[in-house]
Amino acid sequence: MTRNAVITGVGAVTPLGVGARTLHERWTAGRSGIEGGFGRASDFEPKEHLSTKDVRRSDRFTQFALVAAAEAIEDAGWEDGSPPGDPDRTACVIATGIGGIGTLEDQHIVLQEQGAGRISPLSIPMLMANAATGVVAMKHNLRGQSFGAVSACAAGAHAIGMAERLIAYGDADRVVTGGSEAAITPLATAAFSKMDALSDSGVSRPFDRRRDGFVMGEGAGILVLEEEEAAKERGARILGYLRGYASTSDAHHLTAPEPSGRGAAKAVELALADAGVAPEDVIYVNAHGTSTPLNDRSETQAIKSALGEERAAKVPVSSTKSAIGHLLGAAGAVEAIATLLALRDRIAPPTLNYEEPDEGLDLDYVPQEARPLRNGDVRAVGISNAFGFGGHNAVLCLEAS
Amino acid sequence: MSTTATREQIEQRVFEALEEFGAEPEEIGPDAEFEALDVDSLDLVELAQIVEDEYGVQLKGEDMEGVRTVRQAVDLVVSKLP
Repeated sequence: MTRNAVITGVGAVTPLGVGARTLHERWTAGRSGIEGGFGRASDFEPKEHLSTKDVRRSDRFTQFALVAAAEAIEDAGWEDGSPPGDPDRTACVIATGIGGIGTLEDQHIVLQEQGAGRISPLSIPMLMANAATGVVAMKHNLRGQSFGAVSACAAGAHAIGMAERLIAYGDADRVVTGGSEAAITPLATAAFSKMDALSDSGVSRPFDRRRDGFVMGEGAGILVLEEEEAAKERGARILGYLRGYASTSDAHHLTAPEPSGRGAAKAVELALADAGVAPEDVIYVNAHGTSTPLNDRSETQAIKSALGEERAAKVPVSSTKSAIGHLLGAAGAVEAIATLLALRDRIAPPTLNYEEPDEGLDLDYVPQEARPLRNGDVRAVGISNAFGFGGHNAVLCLEAS
Repeated sequence: MSTTATREQIEQRVFEALEEFGAEPEEIGPDAEFEALDVDSLDLVELAQIVEDEYGVQLKGEDMEGVRTVRQAVDLVVSKLP
């Protein structure tokens, strides 16, 4: 028997505010969370949401994950924040690109200035890349499989894909999954900048001719996935379905995408095949769309190659990063949520700052303003792309109820 | 670094640290058990660090074994004052 994964709850902390629907509404309204060249989650005040103990013992990336997870779990209607079934069959998979790099940098300064004896005993549990997973699992009594997923900017989508597989395979009946990142730190910023990855202009304008790199963002996106029959049995509200997932590798270059988008295209094709849908069924593409010269070109190629030129020309393609910047290991998760909510409302949110077309980048990028999606009897099927340094490509195929 | 700390001062400092760790202020007292205050082994390592910084008392992992209440912790520090 096929075990389908349904989405019953979503939660997010992003530069557009605290809350998944806040993200959706503000992005759809054309608002940007980017200020001064960074997408900071500046509305997020940890003490408003977390206990003194949780704030003190968690890196910022874990704080984001805790708050987004609490929202998603409440949204899913889990009473008292606990699994509505056997906790042993409830899993937790949360991604990050880097983990607690803020803690690492702070403690390294302590090491250099005050010596090894002054290092906080909380350093490792705060900086480890699986900290968010462990803390969320503890907080909500999730006692099944739990682990972190690490694949740079594809990590959020990998975590969700893995969560779907845990359910499909029968290892878990429900999974709290997503991604979190808090890497707007001196070292990470300088290092990305040194690679020429960051935008000099500080403007995220995916697919525009003038795009000059990505804008760093921070935040978390968490989803509650449940096995369809179990969710229906408990009378859960179903937001949508995770229909398909696939992942490939470029095996080309550590940081540059393969120019033809071959690996990315293959991931899209395989995700559609996994979902059992045709390119014609896809009514919206939430692009990885980083605003880097290379990604946006190769991704455009990949979309054309995977959907076919004709279909690709008709499908609205937009980038959440135009509004919140690049959330690295959280991007795939936050964008999966943005995709789902867009599909639910049958609306394509806009690619902000898109004004000047670039040669060969000729898809419908939904410039500046949101637009209603094809409506009527068609299923609300969309895809969300996530590609990471390392040549990782992960694609999710979602369908809204 | 003070070497003339009184028991009272040390106790007060431990209370403050526990509050910083997130324990409920009204539950903090000499007879409170760390477990009930939701203060775990990682917090106690931090407490040991504070005590070392401020009173020059070095506490090792084995010293803390069997220490369950705030009073026991304060007694331990006082007994090791330089």
